[in-house]
Amino acid sequence: MRVPPELKYTDSHEWVRWESDGSATVGITDFAQESLGDLVFVELPQVGRTLKAGEASAVVESVKAASDVYAPIAGEVVAVNQALADKPELINSDAFSAWLFRLRPLEAGLQARLLDATQYSNNIAQHK
Amino acid sequence: MLKRTALHQIHLAAGARMVDFGGWEMPLHYGSQIEEHHAVRRDAGVFDVSHMRVVDIAWADARAFLRQLLTADIERRGPDRAMYSCMLNERGGVLDDLIVYRWGDDPTRFRAILNAATAERDLQWMDALVSNRGLRVECRPRPDLAIVALQGPNSAAVLSRAQPQLAARAVPLEGFHSVHTDAAFVARTGYTGEDGFEIVVPGEKAAGLWRSLTASGARACGLGARDTLRLEAGLLLHGQDIDETVTPLESGLGWTVDLDSDRSFIGRTALERQRASGPLRQLLGLKLLDKGVLRTHQTVSTEHGEGQITSGSFSPTLQASIALARLPAPVRPGDTVTAQLRAGPASARVVKPRFVRHGRPLI
Repeated sequence: MRVPPELKYTDSHEWVRWESDGSATVGITDFAQESLGDLVFVELPQVGRTLKAGEASAVVESVKAASDVYAPIAGEVVAVNQALADKPELINSDAFSAWLFRLRPLEAGLQARLLDATQYSNNIAQHK
Repeated sequence: MLKRTALHQIHLAAGARMVDFGGWEMPLHYGSQIEEHHAVRRDAGVFDVSHMRVVDIAWADARAFLRQLLTADIERRGPDRAMYSCMLNERGGVLDDLIVYRWGDDPTRFRAILNAATAERDLQWMDALVSNRGLRVECRPRPDLAIVALQGPNSAAVLSRAQPQLAARAVPLEGFHSVHTDAAFVARTGYTGEDGFEIVVPGEKAAGLWRSLTASGARACGLGARDTLRLEAGLLLHGQDIDETVTPLESGLGWTVDLDSDRSFIGRTALERQRASGPLRQLLGLKLLDKGVLRTHQTVSTEHGEGQITSGSFSPTLQASIALARLPAPVRPGDTVTAQLRAGPASARVVKPRFVRHGRPLI
């Protein structure tokens, strides 16, 4: 199971990458895609929508089940990955490049509340 | 502690994702459910379905027993025939759906295959019928047997390469016929809408059979693909699409019910009453017109009232979401209805509940 060390993580299996412009890119982890199985539908948030931390902001559906994707931090949606609308399976092939949406954080200093790769690895180890 | 089949170690070694399925630890998929689904539609796949329960039914009154137990009439089936039927309670509710196989032309020997989740209750029900009516029948569960389903358009070719001796007896079989050999019981039946064979062997022979089939080109497939395949084929799943609260007449299974002869079977009186008054509900198919995925238990609004999705998923063959739904009786194929999806209301078209057969879309 891949857990890239440069990313941050949540308990609910989202990953976050901090971009040089201060925005945060959000996706679901390899663990999440493997648990869900083949993805067949992704519903993305509207650009411009303001999300609270922990708010259900996107839906990923596999053949088996549907799952909410939660906003890891509070922020405004500044971009979404439209490629996923036609090819949700991109998440199965590489969960860490198939990002879902990008947020402009509403407050500073949020990084510290997220898990680092070691903490997240320990988390998913307990699921097995 | 979950029960395990004779093929457990093989599944683990093949990297299967194992799940709890009715108390059994079974493979959900071996990597990609969708690729396994396509393998069965286009080529050949093999499933471990040993969680289902083989029951051998024998002795002098075996045929009379089955004629009281089941909605379809075994007496009207020729030698070696398989018969799909419902087993009802007195109210006409479906306790289980099952296939019964004739054993050559022997009127005293039959084999039934029961659903895993209902097997124990079914056996109690069957034993009660035997003792209440004083029948000379033995219903013997066979947990020592394993069941492997080889399915897909290339099934016969795979079987011929993998098990030439068995194939010599099994490949000439017509659909819904079976044969007993020294090595196995083979039936030309399945749960996918494709050609194929269901092969019953002693548990200790299952691994060798499985390896020969996969080595001859059949792809190992999990119960995830089995579910999307059967849904596309419009085949029902007991516990979801039917259960003891609904009758066959409300579930598109009227064809399994024989009300023409004067044979008395359990549930007949209730079905006759319902047929006279007209069922209030029916089971039909849905095809989602908007984006999203139809899921089990979602509400469906129609101009004749509300209904509910009994099985919903994504159809890998049609590349759209499809479902089976229990809908008010006046709804007709071609109607447009509204399904309450996770993301909100979405339009769906009502269709006949048979979406794909033999690799071809029907809707």
